[in-house]
Order: sequence, then C-alpha cells, then structure tokens
Amino acid sequence: MAVEILLWCIGALLAIVSAAVVGARRATTTILVYTIALTLSTIALGTAAWVLVMDAGPAQTLELPIGLPWLGAHFRLDPLAAAFLVVVNLGGAAASLYGLGYGRHEPEPGRVLPFFPAFLAGMNLVVLADDAFTFLLTWEFMSLTSWALVMAHHRQPGNARAGYVYLLMASLGTLLLLLSFGLLAGPAGGYAFDAIRNSQHSTTVASAVLALTLLGAGSKAGLVPLHVWLPLAHPAAPSQVSALMSGVMTKVAVYGFVRIVFDLMGPPAWWSGGVVLLFGGASAFLGVLHALMEHDLKRLLAYHTVENIGIIFIGLGLGLAFAANDMRGPAALATTAALFHVFNHSVFKSLLFLGSGAVLTATGERDMERLGGLIHRMPYTAFAFLIGSAAISALPPFNGFVSEWLTFQAILLSPQLPQWVLKFLVPAVGGLLALSAALAAACFVKAFGITFLGRARTSVAHDARETDAFSLTAMFVLVVLCLVAGVLPGYFIDALAPVVQGLVSAQMPRQAGVAWLTIVPIAESRSSYNGLLLFVLIAVAASLAAYVIHRWASHSIRRSAPWDCGFPDATPVTQYTAGSFAQPIRRVFGTTVFRAREEIDMPRPGDARPAQLHVSLHDRVWDALYAPVVSVVGVTADVLNRVQFLTIRGYLTLVSGALVALLVILAIWQ
Amino acid sequence: MAIVLDILVQLGQLLLVLLLAPLLTGYVRKIKAHLLRRQGPDLIQPYRDLHKLLRKEVVLAGNASWVFRTAPYLIFATTWVAAALVPTFATGLAFSPAADLIAIVALLGSARFMLALAGLDVGTSFGGIGSSREMMIASLAEPALLMIAFTVSLLAGSTQLSSVATYMQGPAVGLRVSLALALVGLVMVAIAENARIPVDNPATHLELTMVHEAMILEYSGRHLAVIEAAASLKLLLYLSIIGCVFAPWGVAVAGQGFAAYAASLPVYVIKLAASGFLLAVFETVIAKMRVFRVSEFLGAALMLALLAALLLFVSRGV
Amino acid sequence: MDRFALDVAHLFAGGLVLVSFMLLYQDRMFSLLNIFALHAFVVSVSVAWQAHIQNAPHLYITAAIALVVKAIVIPVVLHRIIVRLGIHRNIETVVGIGKTMLGGIGLVALSIMVMLPITAAGGTLVREDLAFALSVILLGLLMMVSRRNAVGQVIGFMSIENGLILAATGAKGMPLVVEISVAFSILVALIVIGIFLFRIRERFDSVDIHALDRFRGERP
Repeated sequence: MAVEILLWCIGALLAIVSAAVVGARRATTTILVYTIALTLSTIALGTAAWVLVMDAGPAQTLELPIGLPWLGAHFRLDPLAAAFLVVVNLGGAAASLYGLGYGRHEPEPGRVLPFFPAFLAGMNLVVLADDAFTFLLTWEFMSLTSWALVMAHHRQPGNARAGYVYLLMASLGTLLLLLSFGLLAGPAGGYAFDAIRNSQHSTTVASAVLALTLLGAGSKAGLVPLHVWLPLAHPAAPSQVSALMSGVMTKVAVYGFVRIVFDLMGPPAWWSGGVVLLFGGASAFLGVLHALMEHDLKRLLAYHTVENIGIIFIGLGLGLAFAANDMRGPAALATTAALFHVFNHSVFKSLLFLGSGAVLTATGERDMERLGGLIHRMPYTAFAFLIGSAAISALPPFNGFVSEWLTFQAILLSPQLPQWVLKFLVPAVGGLLALSAALAAACFVKAFGITFLGRARTSVAHDARETDAFSLTAMFVLVVLCLVAGVLPGYFIDALAPVVQGLVSAQMPRQAGVAWLTIVPIAESRSSYNGLLLFVLIAVAASLAAYVIHRWASHSIRRSAPWDCGFPDATPVTQYTAGSFAQPIRRVFGTTVFRAREEIDMPRPGDARPAQLHVSLHDRVWDALYAPVVSVVGVTADVLNRVQFLTIRGYLTLVSGALVALLVILAIWQ
Repeated sequence: MAIVLDILVQLGQLLLVLLLAPLLTGYVRKIKAHLLRRQGPDLIQPYRDLHKLLRKEVVLAGNASWVFRTAPYLIFATTWVAAALVPTFATGLAFSPAADLIAIVALLGSARFMLALAGLDVGTSFGGIGSSREMMIASLAEPALLMIAFTVSLLAGSTQLSSVATYMQGPAVGLRVSLALALVGLVMVAIAENARIPVDNPATHLELTMVHEAMILEYSGRHLAVIEAAASLKLLLYLSIIGCVFAPWGVAVAGQGFAAYAASLPVYVIKLAASGFLLAVFETVIAKMRVFRVSEFLGAALMLALLAALLLFVSRGV
Repeated sequence: MDRFALDVAHLFAGGLVLVSFMLLYQDRMFSLLNIFALHAFVVSVSVAWQAHIQNAPHLYITAAIALVVKAIVIPVVLHRIIVRLGIHRNIETVVGIGKTMLGGIGLVALSIMVMLPITAAGGTLVREDLAFALSVILLGLLMMVSRRNAVGQVIGFMSIENGLILAATGAKGMPLVVEISVAFSILVALIVIGIFLFRIRERFDSVDIHALDRFRGERP
C-alpha cells in the first residue's frame, strides 16, 4: 500500500516535467511546478514517516513489468528505505517551498523547472529500488538531472567546467557501482537484491565489493579523495538545488553505501571498518580545513558537506568494526549515531544553503568579502542562518551536538575491539573528529560573522532587502526541526531503531521511557544527556539574569560611535575579512595541509599603488591524484589523435592488421 | 519530597558558584600582587566592580545588532549552567544526568561561539583580532579537552563527572601514566581557555597581547559586568573540574544529608584556594608567549592528551 | 612484588616520556639545558627506586653517576661554554615544533606496537616500562634528527643514553650496568668536548693554546 502511494507520487512528479517543459515561459508554471512538488513531497514524507514509526510489519515490495524483460523493476520499502525517504522528501519539500519564492528570480526558468521534479523523482526512486538494474538506472537519472540543473546557468564563468567535472565523476561513480553489483550478482547473474542477499560471497569478492562501493558511492557522497567535484558543482546550481544536492543527494549516496555494505554484502571483515574510518576521518579533517580557507559562501558550505559526510562515515566505519567483531550493542550505537547525523545534516545543511540563496538573491553576491552588516537588512534570514550555524557547529541544545555526542560515545566503547590496527586507528580518528568539530565552529563564526555582522563592505550589502515569505517559511520550518531534534532526540533514536535492527541485528535501548526525556545510549551509570533540560536551564538562566539586572540595576542605553580603542575608523574596509579571520588557522594547519604561502607585494618607495597580499593554496589531493591522471589522458589523446589523419592506405593497413592479429590469436588459442 | 530537596541542593550549588566566582578572581589577583611585592586590590574588589558596572549606562555602538546585546546573557547562562553541573561539594546532584563532560565542553563552546560573534559584530579590527585568535586557540584547546575527557572516561567507565569523581576516590585507580599526562594537558588547556598568562593577559589592553579582552572591547555597563561574571565562572568551572577529577577527596555524595555537605564545603573552598594559589604563582613565574607559540603550546597539550588516550586504548594497565 | 612499587616505577617511566616530549618542545638553549637536567634527574630517581625494589645496591652507583654527571655537571658546563662562546641561543627545528611532536606521538605508538607483542611473556607493567624506554630512545633520536643546532643534537644523544639506562635497569639482573653507564658518560663527555673544539677551531682558526692566549681578553 505505502509503496503504491510513493510510486504514484513519483509518477506525478515525472508527469509535471512535461508540463514544465511546455509552459516554461509563463510565470504561473513556476508556481504550479513548485506547489505540486511541495504537495507530492509532503505526501511522500508523511507516508514514509508513517511506515517508519508505526508500521512494524515486514517490508513491502512491488514488482513492475518495466525494464529488462527477465528482471522487471523491483521496489521495496523497508525501514532503511523509509528512513532515507523521510530525509529525501523533507529536503524536497523544503526546497520546493523555498522555490516558490526564489523561483520568481530565476532568469531562465526553462532550464530549471523541468529538471527539478525529475531530480526529486530520481532520488526517491533510488531509495526504493530493489534490484541492481533499477538502482543503477535511477542513480544515473538522478545524476543527469542534477547535472542539467548545475548547467542551468552555464554562461557564468566556472559553471561549464563544474558541470564537466561533475559529469566525469558521476560517470566514474556509476561505473564503479556497476562493477560492484556485477561482482555481487556473481556468475549466476541474479541482480535482484533478494537474490544477492541470499547468496554467499568469498572474502576476495567481498573486499573488492567494499572497495568499489566505497569509491563509487563515496564519490557521490563526497569522500576524500573523490570530493573534488563537490565544491565546483554544488555552488553552481540554483540555491534550492544546491540545498538538495548537498543535503539530500549526498545522503542518497550514503544510502547506497549502507544498502550494499550493511545489507547485501553479508558479514563484514574486521578491517572494512578500519578502511571506512580512515576515509571518514580524512574527509572530516580536510573538508573543514578547505571550508575555512574559502570566502565564497556556497563553496564553504559545499566543503563543509565533505566534513559532515566524513563524520557519517566515521560512525558507519565504527558500526562495521563492531559488527565484524560481533559486538552488537556498540554497533547499534555507532550506526544510530551515523543515521541520526544523516538526518541532522540534511536539515541544517539545507537550511544554510537556503539562507545563502536568500543572501544571493538579495545582494547578487556570494563572496563574503563583499558582504557584511546584513543582519540589519535581513534580520529573519540572519536569525535562521545563525541557528543553522549553531546547529552545524555541534552546540547544545541543537541537533548537531546530539549526533556528535552519540558518535563520541561509540568511540569510547571501542577499546574493547581486539584488533591492534583498530586500537591505534580509533583514537587517532577520534582526535581528528574532535579537531574537525572545533574547526567547524571556527568556520561558521567566520561565515556568519563576516557575512551578516559588522558593517556593509559594498553598496549591494548596504541596500539588501529581506527575502519573500515562502523562502523564510521554508527556512524557519528547518530551524524548528533543528531545535526539536536537539531537545527531543529520544523520539528520533526510537524511530531509527527498526532501521538499525535490520542492519546490525541489534538496537539501542528504548529511549521513550527514560525519565525527564533524557537519552541514555548505553546505561544510566555510563552516560546520559538531556537536551530539553539544558535548553530550559539556559533559557531560564538568561531570562532571569536579564530580568533581574534590568529591574534592579540599570536598563539605559546610549548609542554612540564604536570605541575601537579611541581610533575612530570611518571606512568599513578595515574590518576583518574572511581571509584575515582564517589567517591564524591557516598559519597553524595550512602550511602542511595546503602548502599555504603568503607573499607580500610591496611597491617601491614613491609608487602610490597599494601593497598586496597573495595567499596561494594548493589542493594536494588534486595535485597528487588528478593532475597526473589528466596529464596522462592528455598525452594518450595526443598520441591517439594521429589516427585521425591517416591516408586511405593507412586505414586499410589498420583494418587488415586487426584481422590478421585476431586470426593469430585464434590460432594460438586452438 | 526527596526530589524537591534534591533540586533545592542543586539550586544551592548554582547560587554557590555564582557567589564564589568573583571571590576566586579577587583572590588570584591578590596573590599575584603579593608575589610582586604590591598590596593589590581588596579580595572583594571584583564584587565592587560588578556592582559599579551594573549600575552604569551601556554605551552601544551605532551599528551593534541584537546579537551584541543578547550575547552577554547567553554567554553567562551557558557558562553558569555548565558550572552548576560540575560536582563541587557533592556529586550526583539533581541535574547532573543532563550533561556529561563532553556536553560541558560543548556548552563552553557555545559560550565561546557567541563571544566570538559579538567580537565581530561592531565591525572594528580589534574585535576581529580577538575573534580570529580565540577561534584558533579554541580549535586546538577543545580537541585537547575532548581527548582528556576520553582518557578520564575510559578509566572511569563513564563520561558523567559524578561517576568519574566517585571512581577517582576509590582504590581501583592507582598511579596511572595516562592520568599524569591528562593532568598536564588539562592544566595547559585551562590556562589557555581562561585567558591567563602565558596565553593571554587578563589585565592588559594592548592590541598585541589580547585575545579575550579584544573581543569584549566594545562592551560597557551591565553587559560588561555580565561578561566579567561569566569569565570568573569559567575559571571556577575549570578549577572545579581539575579538583573533582584529580583531587576528589572530601567530596560528599548527594543524598547523604546536610551534615555531609557542611563537611565537604570547606574542603572544596580549600581546594579552590590551593589551585588559585598555584595559578597565581605560575602566572607570575612565566612570561607571555607570542601568539603563534600558543598554537605550539596547545598542540603539545593535544599531543599529550592523544598519547594518554592512546595508551589507554592499547593497554588496560597503563 | 608490591603493586605500589611497580606503579611508582611505571610512573617514573611515563614521566621520562613526558620530559622527553618537553625536550622536543623547547626552542631556547637554556631552557633546553634545564629540562635536560630534569630528564637526568628523573632517570636517576627511577634507577634509585629500581635499586630499592630489586635490592641491587650497585644500581645506586648508576643513579649517582646519572645525577652528578648528567643532571649537574654537564648542564652547568654547557651553560658556561654557551655563554663564553656566544653561541646562538635559539634552536631552530627542521620541520616545526608541532610536526615534530606529531612525529613523536607516532614513534611512541610504534614502540608500543613493537614492544607489547614481543614481550608477551612478562608482566604487564614491565612490558609497558620497556615500551616507554624504547619510546624515550626513539624520541631522543628524533631530537637529534630534527635540530639544526649542535647542542640540541648532543642533548638528544644524551637522552638516548638515558633511555638505555632506563631499559637496562627495568629488566631485573642485567650485568655490567654500572660499567656501561661510566663508559657512556665518558663517550658523551668526549663528544661534547669534540664539538666545542670544532667550534673553537672554526671561530679562532686554531686550537693551539698559545694562539688562543691572545684572545683571553684585557688583563687588569
């Protein structure tokens, strides 16, 4: 029943694609498309949430006679799919609501409107797919529609290159997943997921599948070193699409990884957790450092997605390591932490991208160094962005803190792991995680402070206006979710319990019954957290202090010029910029990680031009991994290019040579 | 009835930390002055300063936003709540299951987040200096603190400070290398987080040497009073954590009755006095480091904490 | 053996690792000498404690040698020579203090990884003491490798020797410990003298005493 509802919603989404193509010029089409997308996403969200929370029955399946004739198209709705459908449709609903307001400013709606509902449909279909063919087909469909959306503003500098790199990396990812499914299906060719689940795999096959899936799904999710397309492509798309790509599509990639590695592959090897941990830790650290060096607001958020995907994979790696050692309780804790972070990240990353979209609409600028003082012009957007920043920096009482806390609790259980490599790897990754959390807070102080606080650095920032009501509503819905997930996390943990039960055959203790709405992940004596009580205490303490002071001490205010140590400073150019804010951290970490170099270009005495500071950063991953590949491809292409210019005799020689070679091989084989 | 009594005791601790914090600050200042052969200000001078500031008018920059005006109260509230959740004279108080050591570290992170934003709000370069240096210091100090929390939790089998204090009082703990490393690391982080020499000078107003002072440069009147109170509370909080983890003797357990509390309260005050004295001596003996040496200092703290955690992961005997 | 006694020995070993890290952290000459004196002091106290619990009086001599020669005489002599010859007082590192300490952690992890499986037959604390001793040796090597200054390298060498003494006294009943300590101390003294002879020759182009006599300064 639920599967049918979802498939009808997806079908309706695909139907309005044609309506969008036909009527793209008209203003009403924008409103129509986004409203219908919003309604359908909300229906799908409700259905998936109902299945996740209420329905304890077996997974519902459906088979459609489309696709390959001997296979058909299988769809399945089990708790894992339901959880990820909640994430996908929540993001879709928020983006559609936002699009109702934002879409009016779109200069070329014909390039965006047809692909938006198709993108939503594609993501939903990937999560529902129950055989390899449907999965890969819908995965490619998702990639292509998002590529079309990335290329929507293809005339802007850099967007064409972003689309090209994205297409390359997406194709690479699909190829790796194809190989992975091929290995899983085995020589019998059983592509349905049920068949794969029931078959046995040797350890070499399992290792190969893990590596291929980690690289394939990880490239779509944004794991280092396959993350290079993410900071190019995510900012290039329109803002609601950026929110969907960063907040939701990366989670669909995580779903792919979880489905293959936890569900289809069977029992994991002990070292698989270690490999995933290593990639996760590296992504977390490098992602946040790159984000700190950026001053383009959307690129900063995109790099930050890399960090949070790293955190999710750290949780998944711990879950794999525990499951391989048959420690079911800790495995449940680690996996719940990772899945909760999936939900949290989609909420606050969408919120932040929608906020940056609002800033982009209001000022036309993405560069933080040309903004400033926007809190006075756009107070509601600023408030929403502040809550999103606090949530992503893992500050209590918001939701980011709860999932990081659960991950830390899982790390604290890992001394019980027997393997030596893991005993050294886990504390190192724990240190990296702690370091990334602290650097994330620094990054968002920079992002919020330089963009919204201070004084306006340019006239566009000075004259910005608040965005429309639809955008604000979408953002505030996400703000409320951030707070609710932070103060009432027990309900979310209980909702995830059937998912984790299916993945690691254990679940966390039931949280709904604990006194005072505290969450107790392992045991009462060991650790507990009460977000609601902390929130209430902080609110009461702050209000009490404010009330007492205003009532019995003074409450007068006088506005004046800033003190600034007695040096009044008229121009806003002397404020701290994004680069200067990040400079101490760049000096501490950047010299090793990025080969960061500062060069000062001082004019000679008598020359009146200003001095300039050049900061050069090198992405070591690009230099080490991609630049050689690109140059090899270039060299090979140059060599092969000569085949284009042969004479007719040359082509005849090639053809006859190939025929002779094949005959020789045939002769030897005999 | 028992629950009401528990909550009253917890509220009592809330009030106690608030009242003791300025006294601690005044005491440290007095000791430093005596070590420099000066008389120094009165012990209760911080109370007088707070009283004076509370009654003064706030002079606000023209472009200060609501973030600037609400940040002091939020900083104060988060620091106060964190200080109330650390065991001082008794463990296991009513609200202590709400937050464990990791949550306390994160609460202090929230306070620091708001303070850094307040520094950037008015748009002067001093605020920017303070905020950027503070976030650099935090990016090393907070992970060090988390790794120390890991070390202590791995030994005690719990992240709750009450359980940790109880474990440390017991005979099972022994002399551990990891604890020694964690203590050294915690002292280094406490000095950095409380803006003490050698990391930052709490008494200076020179741009080259200030981190904390630069962020609050634009604050005046009651806002400044609230922020100063929050800074004193933070010092009290760190000394209480060091006391309850590494010198847990004499701490009562919640529910033992008022006689036990009456006995443990003077012990707590003595612990604060001793650690305040050591802090004052340390600040007088050492000179302030330049800013990028601070990153090496905190990097060393992070390495020690990582080593302590690593030793515990690898072998249970260490 | 008494649990408390083993714990104290273990604490000294861990303390020596801590002081080795402190050595890596220093960037000024005199503080380096002071920390090295502390390093030698911790070694001598540790050896004295081992002498007490193993009931091996000859180890007291080793402790006394470590205390007198390495904690007092060598730092004082080096201090005076540095002042006299006006040697540059800053110690530059090859890669930066943060990265050096990160390398130090890696070396400690490596020594644990090597030592603990090998000595599986022994008691827990003795195994970890040996792992710590190996760490001190490796950290001393790291110090020699990562300092651009001759004094830093000499201090690194001497801390390697302290680690060897810790390892030797930790394992009960190792023979010739005293003799080896004396031999090493003489070796170290010769190395220190050699370095400064080299310096003197570099600066004054000669080590001939009569020639150096001219540079002794104004006579009253």
